[in-house]
Amino acid sequence: MADKEMVRFAIDGQEVEAEKGTMLLPVALEYGFEIPHLCYHEAVSPYGACRLCLVEVTKRGRTRLTTSCNYPVDEGIDVTTDSEDIQRARRMILELLLARAPHSERIKKLAYEAGIKETRFSLMDVGDCILCGLCERVCREVVGADAISFISRGDKRDVGPPFADPIACIACGACVYICPTDCIKMEERGDERTIVKWNRTLKMQECKSCGKPFAPLFQLNWIIDKVNLPKDFYDLCPVCRAGR
Amino acid sequence: MKKAQLEKILKRYDYQDSDLLAILQDVQTQENYLPRKTLEEVAERLAIPLARVYKLATFYRTFSLTPRGRHLINVCLGTACHVRGATMVLERLKRDLGVKAGGTTKDLRFTLDTVRCIGCCSLGPVVVINEEIFGKLNQEKAAKLLKEYN
Amino acid sequence: MGDDGKGDGMKVRGLEDLKKLREEGLTRIYPDQVKITVGMATCGISAGANRVYEAIREGIEKEKLSIILAKSGCLGFCQREPLVDVWRPGFPRIIYEEMTPEKGVELLGEIFNGGLKKEWALCRMEEEVLFFEDEPLRYKIESGLEDRDAIPLYQDVGFYRKQLKIALRNCGYIDPESIEDYIARGGYFTLYKVLNEMKPEEIIEEAKRSGLRGRGGAGFPTGRKWESCRRAEGDKRYVVCNADEGDPGAYMDRSVLEGDPHSVLEGMLIGAYAIGAHEGYIYVRNEYPLAVKNMGTAIKKAEEMGLLGEDILGSGFDFTIKINRGGGAFVAGESTALMASIEGYVAEPRAKHIHTVESGLWDRPTNLNNVETWANVPVIVEKGADWYNKIGTEGSKGTKIFSLVGKINNTGLIEVPMGMTLREVIYDIGEGIPEGKQFKAVQTGGPSGGCIPDKLLDLPVDFDELTKVGSMMGSGGMIVMDESTCMVDVAKYFTDFLKDESCGKCTSCRDGTLRMYEILDNITKGKGKEGDIELLEELAWVTAEASLCALGQTAPNPVLSTIRYFRDEYEAHIRDKKCPAKVCNELLTFTIDPEACIACLKCKKLCPVEAITGEKKVPHEIDQSICIKCGTCREVCPVDAVRVE
Repeated sequence: MADKEMVRFAIDGQEVEAEKGTMLLPVALEYGFEIPHLCYHEAVSPYGACRLCLVEVTKRGRTRLTTSCNYPVDEGIDVTTDSEDIQRARRMILELLLARAPHSERIKKLAYEAGIKETRFSLMDVGDCILCGLCERVCREVVGADAISFISRGDKRDVGPPFADPIACIACGACVYICPTDCIKMEERGDERTIVKWNRTLKMQECKSCGKPFAPLFQLNWIIDKVNLPKDFYDLCPVCRAGR
Repeated sequence: MKKAQLEKILKRYDYQDSDLLAILQDVQTQENYLPRKTLEEVAERLAIPLARVYKLATFYRTFSLTPRGRHLINVCLGTACHVRGATMVLERLKRDLGVKAGGTTKDLRFTLDTVRCIGCCSLGPVVVINEEIFGKLNQEKAAKLLKEYN
Repeated sequence: MGDDGKGDGMKVRGLEDLKKLREEGLTRIYPDQVKITVGMATCGISAGANRVYEAIREGIEKEKLSIILAKSGCLGFCQREPLVDVWRPGFPRIIYEEMTPEKGVELLGEIFNGGLKKEWALCRMEEEVLFFEDEPLRYKIESGLEDRDAIPLYQDVGFYRKQLKIALRNCGYIDPESIEDYIARGGYFTLYKVLNEMKPEEIIEEAKRSGLRGRGGAGFPTGRKWESCRRAEGDKRYVVCNADEGDPGAYMDRSVLEGDPHSVLEGMLIGAYAIGAHEGYIYVRNEYPLAVKNMGTAIKKAEEMGLLGEDILGSGFDFTIKINRGGGAFVAGESTALMASIEGYVAEPRAKHIHTVESGLWDRPTNLNNVETWANVPVIVEKGADWYNKIGTEGSKGTKIFSLVGKINNTGLIEVPMGMTLREVIYDIGEGIPEGKQFKAVQTGGPSGGCIPDKLLDLPVDFDELTKVGSMMGSGGMIVMDESTCMVDVAKYFTDFLKDESCGKCTSCRDGTLRMYEILDNITKGKGKEGDIELLEELAWVTAEASLCALGQTAPNPVLSTIRYFRDEYEAHIRDKKCPAKVCNELLTFTIDPEACIACLKCKKLCPVEAITGEKKVPHEIDQSICIKCGTCREVCPVDAVRVE
C-alpha cells in the first residue's frame, strides 16, 4: 500500500497538516477551529446541503467562498474561517433556516450567536426539518435499511419513506439520534416503539430473562437476516446477555 | 402492469439499475403513470431499494404517480410564450377544466400540466395536447381546442 | 461494401466507399427531376407542416407526377413556417413561406406549368456554401428565367443577410434521416482524415488554437478540456453530448439534433479519438421526441455503415454511442447532475473540486460538450484553426446560434459571428419590434442570464461582454421584450422557474430562490414594501455566493439585472402600486369605454365571475367589486374597448 500523502496548508494563518484529499471541515475541527455546521456528521459521507460551514479558500491566487465539509484539502491552500463575507452569508442562511425550524434549539442558538434575533421570512410549516439529509444518509450508509429518501425537488423537496409508507423502517432510531434539529422524535409506549416523523410503530421484543421490551422485533429479525445470526440471538436484551 | 410486460422492459435494459430512468419512462409510456406496485417490482427485480426508485420518480417532472387523463395537455410556459400571454391561456384552461396545473379532471378526460419550453418559441403561446402542438393561441382559441378531445 | 455500391448493411471501409456514397447522396439532394422538401422540424410541424406534406403527397400520387417529396430540417425562419422548398433542374431553389395544404396542391400545378409562384416565395437560392469545398456550389440556371428577379435572393433577405451558418450548415439542406445526404455535403470525410492522417495531439492542438469555447453556456475552452481529459488517469474515458437544452426560449440544440444529427456524431467521434474514449453518451431532453427519434436513426445508420462501432473506417478505432433521455429537470443540464442522471440517480450536482475531466461518469475521466460545440468540430478540423479563429472576437471565436424570439418581427433561429451587436441582431436580422412598439430589453442566457436595456444595444455579443453587463451567453436564447413587458414580472417568471427547477439541496438556492419569488410575487400583487429591493439584493448575494452549482450561483441574475436597469419599475410597483407596463393584473383596474364598446356580449359571456353587466345594444360595464382582474375581457374584446389603468 502506498504511503499516505500528507499535505500542509494554513487555516487562519496557522499551519496544519492532513492527509491529502481529507475534507477540510473535520481537519479544522480537529485543530480546534470553530466552524458552525449542521448537515455534516463524521459517520456519514459529506453532502454540502446546509451551506453553513462556509469558509474562504485561496488556491493559486484565487479566493472563493466554499463549504468546508466537502472541500478536499490540498497542499498550500490558505483557509480563512471568519470574514465579513462569511458572516454575511451565514447570517442569511441562518435566517432562512430559522424560518424552516423555528422551534429547533440548535438553530435558535446558532442564529443568536450570529446576531439574528428573528427571521424576516414567513415561518414554514415543515416540522422544523431543514432538509440536511443526515437521516437519509445514516439510514442508507450506516444502517443499510434505505427506508427513507429525499422526495421531489426544488422548494417542494421533502424527506420520508416511499409512498409515505414506512415498510422498510426498522425503527432503529439512528435518524432520531443524528437529526440536528430534533425534528424526528421517537416514542416508546409499553411494548411499542414509534418513530413519529415516519409514522412507524413496531412491536418490541421482550427479553426472555428480565421481561423488558428492548428493541423492535422487526429490527432484530432484519439484523439476524442481514448478518446471518442464530435465530435465538436476540432472545435476551443486551443487559441480560452481557450478564450471562 | 403485467409482470411479463415489465420483464420485457427490464430485459430491454439488461436489468441495469443505471437505466432506471429509462425503465420508468417506458413504464409510464405504457401505463400513462407509475403504479406503486410496478415500482415495487422494479425495485425488487433490480435489487435496489424502493426508496431510490421513489426518489427518482418524484424528482423528475416527466413522471406521475397517479393515473393521468386520457389526454395530456401541456401549456408551454417558456419565456417567449410567457411574454406573449401563456399565463392567460393556462388560467383559462384551469378555470374551464376546474383543475390546478398538474391536475386531472374527475372524468379522467384531461390532465392539465405545464412544460418549460418545447422550443417552438416563434409560435407562442403554444399548447401541446398529447403529441400535437398548437401555436399562436390565445385563451379563447385554446379553450376551443378541448372540444376536439373526449 | 456491396458490389452495387448501395443498399442496407454495407460497411464503409475507406475513402472510395465514402466517395461512392457521396455521389449517391448528391443525386438524392440534387436529382435531375423536380424535388419538393418540407421543413419538418418541430417548429414546422407545429405550424402545420404535416398537413402540407400530406396534401402534397396526395397531390403527387393523384396526378401521378414524377416529383420527389422529402423532409428536411429547419431553415431557421420559424416565423414563416411551414416552409416548402422546390428544386427543379435549371431553376434556382425557391423557398415558399407560410404554406398551407391548399397552397401546396396549387403549387404542384404551378410547377407542372413551369411557373414560379413568386408571390408565395420567401426567397430564391442560386448557390450554397459547402465548407468542404473551396467554391460555393452554384446551381445551373437556364436562361430565360428573368422574372425570377422578383424573388429576393436568400442572401438579400434581411433575416439571412448577416448570418454565417457553421453549426447549422446542413439544417434545412438535407434529409436528417439520410446519412447519404450528410455525406454528400462533405460529412464523415473529416473523420476519415482524422483517423488516417492525424494524431490525437494534433487534433487537440487544432481545437485549442481555434479558440472554440463551450456553447452550453459557461464558455470553457474546448481544446483545453479535451487535453485535460486525455491526460487524466483512468482505465476508460467517456465523451458526453449535453443535449439537455433547458433554457426556456432556446432551441438551437433541438434544431441541430432534428435537422443534422450526423454533424454531432461526427464531432463526437473526432473528439473521442482525440481524447482516447471509446464510449459516448448523448443526454437528450425528453421534451424533444423528434430529436430523440432522428438521433436514434442516425446512430443506427452510422452503426450499420461501420461509422460507429468497431474498427471505424478500417482504422482500428472503436466507438459506441448510447442515447439517454432526460426526465424533465432543468438542473440535469449541469454537468455533474447530468452524469448522476446517466448513472441512474436523481440529477443532483456535486461539488466540482475534482473536475469531471478527471472523475466524471462512474468516477472515470469524462469530457462533456454541448450539441452546438460538437456540431462545430468537423468544420473546425476540416478548415483548420486559422480559418476558424479569424471569425468572431478576441476572446470568443467563431459563430453562435441564437434563438431570436419574443416581441420581434422575425422570430427564428440565427447563427452569426461572435461580436455582432445586439442592435444588428434585433434590428437588421430581427427587423425590429412589431406593432410599432418600443423596444425595452433583451433577455439572454435563460434563467441564468439577465435583461439588457436599450442603452446597451450597441454591445457586441460574446461570452465576456454579456457577462460584464450582468447577463450571460447561456445556450443562446434571446428573448426580446417591448414596452408592454413588465420587468418585475419577468424577474418573477424566472425566479419561479428556478425555485421549481433547483434540485433543492442547498439552503441558499432552494430557500433563497423561494424567498426571492415570494417577495417578487408580493410586489406584483401590490403588497410590496419599502426595503423589498434591498432584501432581494441581500438574498441574491447569498444565493450566488453560497450555492454549490451554477444553477444557484447564477440564479439571481434575472433579479439583479432587472433591479440594475429597471429599478424605477420596481419602485412604481412598490410605492405607487402601479405596473407601468400594465401586465400585473392585480395592480390594474379594468373598465369598459362606453364610447368604444360595441355591446357584443363577448366579454360578458366569458367573464369567469360574471362581473360584467350589459345587454345587446347596451354598452357593458365592469363591477369593480366582483372583478378578479383576470384580463379575459381585455383579451377577447374585438374592438379594444377595455381600458386598463
